[in-house]
Amino acid sequence: MTHWLIAPVVLPAMLAPFIVLAARYHIGIQRVFSLVGVLALIAIAAGLAWTASDGTIILYQLGDWAAPFGIVLVGDRLSTLMVLLTAVLALFVLLYVIGSKWDERGWHFHALFQFQLMGIMGAFLTGDLFNLFVFFEVLLIASYGLMIHAGGNTRLRAGVQYVLFNLLGSTLFLFALGSIYAETGTLNMADLALRVQMIGPEATVGIRVASVLLLLVFAIKAAVVPLHFWLPSSYAEAPGPVAALFAIMTKVGAYAIIRVYTMIFPPELAATSGLEDVWLMPAALISLSLGMIGVLAAKSLDRLVAFSVIGSMGMVMVAIALKSPEGIAAALYYIVHSTLAGAALFLIVDLVKSSRSSLALTPMPPIAGAPLTAGLFFAGAIAMTGLPPLSGFIGKLLILDASFDTAMAPWIWAIILGASLISVVGFARAGSIVFWKAKGLAVDDDLEVGETPRPLAFLAVGGLIAMLLALTVFGGYVQDYMIATSEQLFAPEPYIQIVTETEGKLSGASEGDH
Amino acid sequence: MEVLVASAVGILTATGLYLVLRLRTFPVIMGISLLTYAVNVFLFASGRLTIGAPPILSDDATVYTDPLPQALVLTAIVISFGMTAVVVMISLGAYLGTNDDTVDDQPEPKPEPKQEDAV
Repeated sequence: MTHWLIAPVVLPAMLAPFIVLAARYHIGIQRVFSLVGVLALIAIAAGLAWTASDGTIILYQLGDWAAPFGIVLVGDRLSTLMVLLTAVLALFVLLYVIGSKWDERGWHFHALFQFQLMGIMGAFLTGDLFNLFVFFEVLLIASYGLMIHAGGNTRLRAGVQYVLFNLLGSTLFLFALGSIYAETGTLNMADLALRVQMIGPEATVGIRVASVLLLLVFAIKAAVVPLHFWLPSSYAEAPGPVAALFAIMTKVGAYAIIRVYTMIFPPELAATSGLEDVWLMPAALISLSLGMIGVLAAKSLDRLVAFSVIGSMGMVMVAIALKSPEGIAAALYYIVHSTLAGAALFLIVDLVKSSRSSLALTPMPPIAGAPLTAGLFFAGAIAMTGLPPLSGFIGKLLILDASFDTAMAPWIWAIILGASLISVVGFARAGSIVFWKAKGLAVDDDLEVGETPRPLAFLAVGGLIAMLLALTVFGGYVQDYMIATSEQLFAPEPYIQIVTETEGKLSGASEGDH
Repeated sequence: MEVLVASAVGILTATGLYLVLRLRTFPVIMGISLLTYAVNVFLFASGRLTIGAPPILSDDATVYTDPLPQALVLTAIVISFGMTAVVVMISLGAYLGTNDDTVDDQPEPKPEPKQEDAV
């Protein structure tokens, strides 16, 4: 058993207190450690992804206690992919933070950032539902601090809503866990997968309630309509780079849905049949349309991007609700794409904000560095709305293709294509007001504008766009990998076998003891 | 005993939800505290209710109570305690800054009308 699998959790967990305790007053040292930590995370994540890419399932038993009594971390293709995605996103966000000096506007940005990474990595790697809850709380409590970083009354107000909504979500999660434990007597995911199948058709009431509660919890995280109300004002009021990092947080919800509803409650399980196609699919289609209508209706640029995140989560959920291997593969491609595209757009919004008095969509004098920012916004908008040639188009095409043979196909096609059109109009309108109409207005010298971001900030946004470009150019390879990942998800037997049958401390001795 | 515990969970949840819907920070935080009490009792009961039985191995015991829910409840209590402290601090900051303790978005501090993001 190697210890590398726990490194993505332990490394930020060690770095964060170090930054708080030892480098409290030295922003330079904080930056260096944070950056080196994230670079090391990328290397570790890449190594793990490489190990898992041939279908190997990496198991780490904490304290060498065997599942289901001990807590396990499990790295398969999906987990390691999400860990790698998080690490890459974190690098660009961190570069932007350093470039735009956001970390100097409040205290402890880097420490909270590392704690946030620890929570996200843990949530992706854990093989235990209660542990998932704990890591959710770790990432949430760090996100509360990041969300109100640099303060301000509007931000604090939005922060209160965000925290309260998530506290309610956590309570619901505990109710779901309680009912699952009462029904099955375990919270280990692999063990649950075995035990849920043993429940006879006459006694499924409890487990059905639990599965719906769990879906609700993950839908809150993933901001699926009608549980999306927390997202627009939290993401719009959060500091730009924090909102960009939050782009991965909605995907944690999507990841949890994919994991739990392929392994514990697989599509062929009779007790929970209909959960996806009857409930999740319409909710996803409504999220998609509502998000994109929100893009058109938004009166400020930050809300526009926040609504486009809701729309893209709707798209991901449509693909997940197809509950076919092709659907999940398309969802995974779209998750990677929309994380990068959403993050890039939030960073661009922050670039615009730095030299504009407000983000309201009204013509104002040109911003500093307008041509470059406008170019980046153009690329980001193309990616988010799913126009060729960027990866959004490929992702959308894969989802359309995966849904082609299903009964819902006319609805899915009509809504995806209609929502795309609306979002194109919304983004085009916003871009032309912010960048083109500004041309005709004279620059007002008296206007208080913030500092122009340093080239590093532009480099970070450019890096994200370059990742999107790479995702497009190497689309074939990525898609092959996603198909392999999704096949692994739909054949969970090796995963379950490795988790439940690997022996740990006292495994042999426990038989005769009592 | 089952009836007593079940109705306690039910009443705590109902009062908690009612308070959360008041949309002022103080009742909402009180409501969330009640909800966490409810969920703690619920978690505790998820290992079945047993009276007078030890949770750890001992030589003369014939009946055991499930120790795992107790560990889960302990974790949940610690987490909810910390979270409540955080939300009290943040909402205090927001209240002192804006002199307003409503939880839902008011159009007043922002020029544009907003979505109702409240719970």
